[in-house]
Amino acid sequence: MPGKILVAVDGSDAGARALAFAHARARQDGGSLMLVHVLEWSPYTFLTKEELEERHARRKQELARAEAAIIAPLAAKYEGQGVGIETAIKYGHVTETICDVATEIGATEIVTGRTGNSGVMSRVFGSVAGTLAQIAPVPCTIVP
Amino acid sequence: MTSIFTRFGAAVAAFVATTAALGSAAQAQGIDETVNQIFLASTGWFVNFIFAPIPGTGFSWIVAWLVIAASVFTLYFGFIQFRVWRHSIQLVSGKYSDPNDAGEVSHFQALATALSGTVGLGNIAGVAVAVTIGGAGATFWMILAGLLGMASKFTECTLGVKYRNEYPDGTVSGGPMYYITKGFAERGLPGGKPLAVLFAIFCVLGSLGGGNMFQSNQAHQQLTGVLGQYPGWITGVVFAAIVFAVIIGGLKSIAQVTERVVPLMGVLYVGTALIILVMYYDRIGWAFGQIFDGAFTGNGIAGGMIGALIQGFRRAAFSNEAGVGSAAIAHSAVRTKEPITEGFVSLLEPFIDTVVICTMTALVIIITGQLTTDAATGLYVLGENGQIVTASGATGVGLTSAAFGAALPWFPYVLVVAVLLFAFSTMISWSYYGLKAWTYLFGEGRKQEITFKVIFCIFVVIGAAASLGPVIDFSDAAIFAMAVVNIVGLYFLMPVVKRELNSYLERLESGAIKRFK
Repeated sequence: MPGKILVAVDGSDAGARALAFAHARARQDGGSLMLVHVLEWSPYTFLTKEELEERHARRKQELARAEAAIIAPLAAKYEGQGVGIETAIKYGHVTETICDVATEIGATEIVTGRTGNSGVMSRVFGSVAGTLAQIAPVPCTIVP
Repeated sequence: MTSIFTRFGAAVAAFVATTAALGSAAQAQGIDETVNQIFLASTGWFVNFIFAPIPGTGFSWIVAWLVIAASVFTLYFGFIQFRVWRHSIQLVSGKYSDPNDAGEVSHFQALATALSGTVGLGNIAGVAVAVTIGGAGATFWMILAGLLGMASKFTECTLGVKYRNEYPDGTVSGGPMYYITKGFAERGLPGGKPLAVLFAIFCVLGSLGGGNMFQSNQAHQQLTGVLGQYPGWITGVVFAAIVFAVIIGGLKSIAQVTERVVPLMGVLYVGTALIILVMYYDRIGWAFGQIFDGAFTGNGIAGGMIGALIQGFRRAAFSNEAGVGSAAIAHSAVRTKEPITEGFVSLLEPFIDTVVICTMTALVIIITGQLTTDAATGLYVLGENGQIVTASGATGVGLTSAAFGAALPWFPYVLVVAVLLFAFSTMISWSYYGLKAWTYLFGEGRKQEITFKVIFCIFVVIGAAASLGPVIDFSDAAIFAMAVVNIVGLYFLMPVVKRELNSYLERLESGAIKRFK
């Protein structure tokens, strides 16, 4: 299935494995990749006065850090191998934002890794991969 | 970490020494009295000036000043508070927020933070003061002042965002000092700088008065109500130590926790008030009757209708700070392409603060029968000081506590926690406003900041030790002095807001302002 594959990454090894998998698929089918990293953020939280004042500066730092530590190294690894790679860093609720981006860019598939938190933790807090599997607007592949 | 604790310890020692030095008598109560006397002697002239009556009337000029300003803004912007509230709510809920701007301060966050600075003891203790002096009728004027105040808040917060300073590191500073200087310069008006400096001076005083001493004073009163009598300076020193830890020691986590718990407390407070109203549902009609009757007759309070009006307006202004200029400092941090949207959002503040929360407090006090009336005449029973005699004998926060306690005996304990948290969050907010004014006057820098913060902590102790009368007078006077300067600025700059408003409303109508959700 050619087209654009959205790869959701979080800087973990699982994310790297998901990208490797998606890259192989895209290369085989002549598709391209959209690498997305989401910073968890809610506009309905409460901030102190100092946090309000520093927010814009902090956002710039956070974006720069995510680009340097997560997105750039992954993109660099697969550069020049014949598969087009676009990247995006977003703020928002992680799974909802991934789904929004997928719809917006017309992705044909979402690929993500899973960290493998088993049992209680994921039952209580839910997991990104699990939620994606349930609400993704396009086929979703979870790479272990 | 150790350095924080060393500084912390040193500070506590310093405060104890300062407070001890203020009183020559070894008696703890003696310290409180001495603080009270020195305080009264040094602030009396300022208070007398601010509350001076208009010659030939009993009406203080400052109250007239606030009422006229709020009415002028309401008329000038064509009853803006009633025209745009629906759009305000849409803005707060994020319907017009571009998803690509996610991660910046949202309208909701700016509103919540500004509210946690204004929702405080003004809503709990201030209202109690208003009804003991002005009777139930003061509530009517308070609500009216809240509704009119929405227009003042709208004007100042729009200007706060429009004329803020943005620094290369991405941080922002805004507020009346900045819009008065920059706005006046832009319109070619003289006198911007001196006015801004005057505002900053009053803002520092206001932060020490209403934003600090009044809070620690009422927190102490509430604590003694539950724990029994003990000297005020003890509460002061403990409070000062915690405030010190946050604003100087950098223990941000305390401020963050407070910021998250205060909204919950606010909801709990209003929720409980609603439950009490349901419990006394058969008296709600009577209570509103008292409010309307008292508003125009005074029901026998000292000063009659005018007395009720003055109290209502005074306490409303003190509670929602509309026209004072403080909220403009908090709101200016929002990153929006349209300054006017921040004005729309901020006008919800006086509504929530005064029309909802203050009214709840007043209703609970009235409905539980705290204000004693003469059975024969139906008029209030007045004490020697001209105030209405309350059922429990308490005033200020004690009265609110007694009113809630009359319906729900356990609530005064919850109220202690709420009062302490409200007092604390208001202090932290005002330490920020005061600091902004201070650095505007003396320049940005670590030394300047520390100086102000230490002074701020010392005033926490003074506030807790002094008695309510002088503290509340000085607090009001300082906050109203801010309003004097700020409103002069608003009058000159309101055409700027009008331009922004018309342009925005046109684009909203034509669909040029995009809705995202």
